[in-house]
Amino acid sequence: MNWDIIVENAPLFIQGAKLTLTLALASLAASFLLAVPLAFLRNSRLPAVRYTVTAYTLLFRGTPLLVQLFLVYFGIAQFGSIRSSFAWPWLSSPLVCVLIAFVLNTTAYSTEIFAGALRNIPIGEIEAARAYGFSRWKQATRLLIPAMLTRSLPLYGNETIMMLHATSLASTVTLLETTGVARRITLDNYIQFEPYVTAAGIYLLITFAIVSAFQIVQHRFAGYLENRTS
Amino acid sequence: MIGNFALSILAAGLMTLLLALTSLALATSIGLAAAFAKLSGNGFLSGMASGYTFIIRGIPDLVVMLLLFYSLPAMLNQGAEAIGLDIQVEFSPIAAGIATLGLIFGAYMTETFRTALLNIPKGQIEAAVAYGLPRLRIFFAIILPQLARLALPGFTNNWLVLAKATALASIIGLHDVMFRAKAAAEATSMPFTFYLIAAGFYFSVTLCSMLLLSIVARRTAAGMRELAS
Repeated sequence: MNWDIIVENAPLFIQGAKLTLTLALASLAASFLLAVPLAFLRNSRLPAVRYTVTAYTLLFRGTPLLVQLFLVYFGIAQFGSIRSSFAWPWLSSPLVCVLIAFVLNTTAYSTEIFAGALRNIPIGEIEAARAYGFSRWKQATRLLIPAMLTRSLPLYGNETIMMLHATSLASTVTLLETTGVARRITLDNYIQFEPYVTAAGIYLLITFAIVSAFQIVQHRFAGYLENRTS
Repeated sequence: MIGNFALSILAAGLMTLLLALTSLALATSIGLAAAFAKLSGNGFLSGMASGYTFIIRGIPDLVVMLLLFYSLPAMLNQGAEAIGLDIQVEFSPIAAGIATLGLIFGAYMTETFRTALLNIPKGQIEAAVAYGLPRLRIFFAIILPQLARLALPGFTNNWLVLAKATALASIIGLHDVMFRAKAAAEATSMPFTFYLIAAGFYFSVTLCSMLLLSIVARRTAAGMRELAS
């Protein structure tokens, strides 16, 4: 066993874990801002709007994230017009491509989670808001969005963990996040066991922290939905 | 030329489907066993099953795959060397792929089956025990038909995620759809075209599965009355 190699490379692993967290948090934050309005459009009364959003979520949930990532990172270079455009310096960076693919992917899942929760809000609550003369904006900000988010918490917690785990795919396009660091160390030192076990431990730790955080938030904000035992 | 490459990608679809279906069978077996272990009331068995689902669901698919493909043989070889055996263990990509996806989705199936089992009315099983039905009869005549219906939505979901997760096996060198698409992309410098063909393959697998499983759902729900709708 060569655990001293892991100890020597601890700073690399810490940097890797930081990048893992940054990728996950940045993707989740951007996708959250997109998914909340998209969830309303997903339930729109206009069929054209509803079907457009459904087509987007179906396409991105129906294909592997790895394919989506490769389409963005390797695929875009096929088009000369993009390669000569002002956006190329950004689009040729693996970090930007990874973020584009992650945001597009996790927004599709989050939209469906939020849209499903929106459909499950008891109609009586909405009728009550209308009866009190809430404007549509006030209905959304005071009632629909909070109710939608609290009802989504368990599923959104799962999606957060899925996103955390999905960041490991960034290692396939040269980024040195946790998995990328582990791969680099296996190649540099010809050891196959310790680096991957260390990476697995890091992910387990972060997952455990996220699960605990969601349980606390769930209890605090969605406690009113829990079954009362009396 | 594009046609030939496209055909080679679609031909690799058989490999992807083989990996997906074998992993599904393994995951279903593990899931059933672990779900019964969790509900067995035996502290050791349920503890083992809980530890398994906790650890597997806390690690990314890709890392589990790298652990099984690289780390496990390395550890076995070190162990063999330590006790003076001269053997080299090595796993094929397909074996590592099936083991990985089976283990990972076994953990998700465990949760699906456990929830479904909890939703089978206890009185039915108590009645069967009171009538002196043997345990196997109880399982096949009472538990299994209801388990199939109750677990189907979760099962469908797990299968859809599993089918897409097979793409990861290309990273450890399995010649599946994704691997061939990468080869074609590099040979022709038309990456967008060939990854799009791969995406189309996975998308049609998703659509076909959704269609097929919705028919199965209607079959298993035969005789159930819809409540107030």
